[in-house]
Amino acid sequence: MVAHSQMVARRRRSGFARGVVRTAILLAILTIVLYPLAWMVGTSFKGQTEIVSNTGLLPTEFSPGNYTEGWNHFDVSFARFFLNSTMVALLTVVGNAASCLVAAYAFARLRFPLRGFWFAIMIGTLLLPQHVLTVPQYILFKQLGWVGGDWPYVPLVVPQFLATEAFFVFLMVQFMRGIPRELDEAAKIDGATPFGIFRYVILPLSRPALVTTAIFSFIWTWNEFFRQLVYLSQLQDYTLPVAMTLFIDSSGQSSIGPMFAMSVLSLLPVFLFFVAFQRMLVEGINTSGIKG
Amino acid sequence: MAVTTANQPSVHASQAPGASVKRRRPRRGQQREGVAGYVFLSPWLIGLMVVTAVPMLLSLYISFTNYDILSPWSEVEWVGLANYERMFTADPSYWRSVTVTISFALIAVPLKLAVALGVALLLNKAWRGVGLFRGLFYLPSLIGGSVALAIVWVNMFNRDGAVNGFLRLFGIEGKPWVNDPTYALETLMVLAIWQFGAPMVIFLAGLKQVPTELYEAASVDGAGWFRKFRSVTLPMLSPVIFFNLVLETINGFQGFTAAFVLSNGTGGPVDSTLMYTLNLYIKGFTEYEMGYASAMAWVFLVAIGIITAVFFSTGRFWVHYSDGDR
Repeated sequence: MVAHSQMVARRRRSGFARGVVRTAILLAILTIVLYPLAWMVGTSFKGQTEIVSNTGLLPTEFSPGNYTEGWNHFDVSFARFFLNSTMVALLTVVGNAASCLVAAYAFARLRFPLRGFWFAIMIGTLLLPQHVLTVPQYILFKQLGWVGGDWPYVPLVVPQFLATEAFFVFLMVQFMRGIPRELDEAAKIDGATPFGIFRYVILPLSRPALVTTAIFSFIWTWNEFFRQLVYLSQLQDYTLPVAMTLFIDSSGQSSIGPMFAMSVLSLLPVFLFFVAFQRMLVEGINTSGIKG
Repeated sequence: MAVTTANQPSVHASQAPGASVKRRRPRRGQQREGVAGYVFLSPWLIGLMVVTAVPMLLSLYISFTNYDILSPWSEVEWVGLANYERMFTADPSYWRSVTVTISFALIAVPLKLAVALGVALLLNKAWRGVGLFRGLFYLPSLIGGSVALAIVWVNMFNRDGAVNGFLRLFGIEGKPWVNDPTYALETLMVLAIWQFGAPMVIFLAGLKQVPTELYEAASVDGAGWFRKFRSVTLPMLSPVIFFNLVLETINGFQGFTAAFVLSNGTGGPVDSTLMYTLNLYIKGFTEYEMGYASAMAWVFLVAIGIITAVFFSTGRFWVHYSDGDR
């Protein structure tokens, strides 16, 4: 009896010690993970000489000049690049949300010939590497006159209105499967057509899936680089990622400060999304992946 | 090919809830639903044709030509297998990019998954602040793929960057790692590993599903932590490990942004960061050799297909699905 209680006590004590060790390890990892971000912000406030001499986290002399200088570093101001990025991202959000919802409704709820076949194709396109598709798409879009037109964003935006982000279609199909079928049946008995069911049952109930799609569409488009690099060729049309590469071309010591300042600013919207929707971002994406 | 490999995970999914309801509905309604189905599907179908199928077939054709996007179609010549032949026998930069890509994926993916699993195990047991840790560990996955972060990363590993600043604390004089052909790719691997948060979140979700009875039973049998990890956690987690492995490998092969930023789009220093997709970009969009780039794209596609197929066929031997659930 005594031996037993001693053992329990020892186990409890070692459990506590283990908890401390565990937390210490986690904090150490967290420091490593967050250090680059802190260093980025700190360096963006360092003056020109300090960037070379001070590799530490904090500037000894706090100088916000990098931000004003970076903003107007090129012939076109960063306001324009922000605007372009925002426009592409918002149009992508609208396109993805609308077109993927409609396609998902067909897959999740309607019975039509060859549905299984198309569904398999849709899943297959999930695995298609985007870079591989960009070469042939560029050739075709060029033939269609979409590349470098008056509004050069056509090849970036139009595909998003055609439910080409299979990931979001899949996510929404998974979500709609959780909506009770009885609601459809009840609406059907009341004389609703498939369109009515979509409009009055599925659409209002799919809001959470739409929000997830919208947020991830925005963040992914904001960060997307390859396609924007390929399709945008005029400075005034550049989005943020493409504009940022101009700093690499001109990477003398003098432009490092402004470059860091603009890096911070261009990551800020994503960071704000992260703060506002942290829980949803972390949970939303993983459950859709393995719930299947 | 992607279709056949993808079929496996979707077997379960393609059985819609209504599929088992064998109730005959009035024929007119069924027909109407069929029409409605195609109406709702039409944006996706058009997208499939215009954005995926037609370009792919077009590029398959172009891969057998000398198409260069600048000259008119009338000057396009059929060159047979010449592009493929050049790729495999006469283009050292091609093999260089294959080696770079494979070594990147081979090293970065397992390390990233190991870190993700390790941290997930630590977090799974922690009782306070799990949500906060999880969120902050996930943050790099949200921003790590951007140009802005890649720029910061490259500077961090440069001569006057934070890494060398840290080494100086110990009296070690570092070097500009990103300009050194031996280390440039390594800095990109570290960047990939830094983004361990996404697979970690998936591991955490998987760990939650492991029944605690199994651990209790193992404890009763006198199993230590390592034995429990090897005989309970790993097998129970194997479907999630498999999922992460496939996903991260395919992603790893497609790394482009960071390599582009580090080398200013050249794949340097000395081709050490010439990832396959970067090589594809250089050939197609700076040298305008669209025929050759199309051939490269198709080989890449087939390679990804084969790798996925290999994963799925070997998965049978080590992926454990409990109670025949799948």
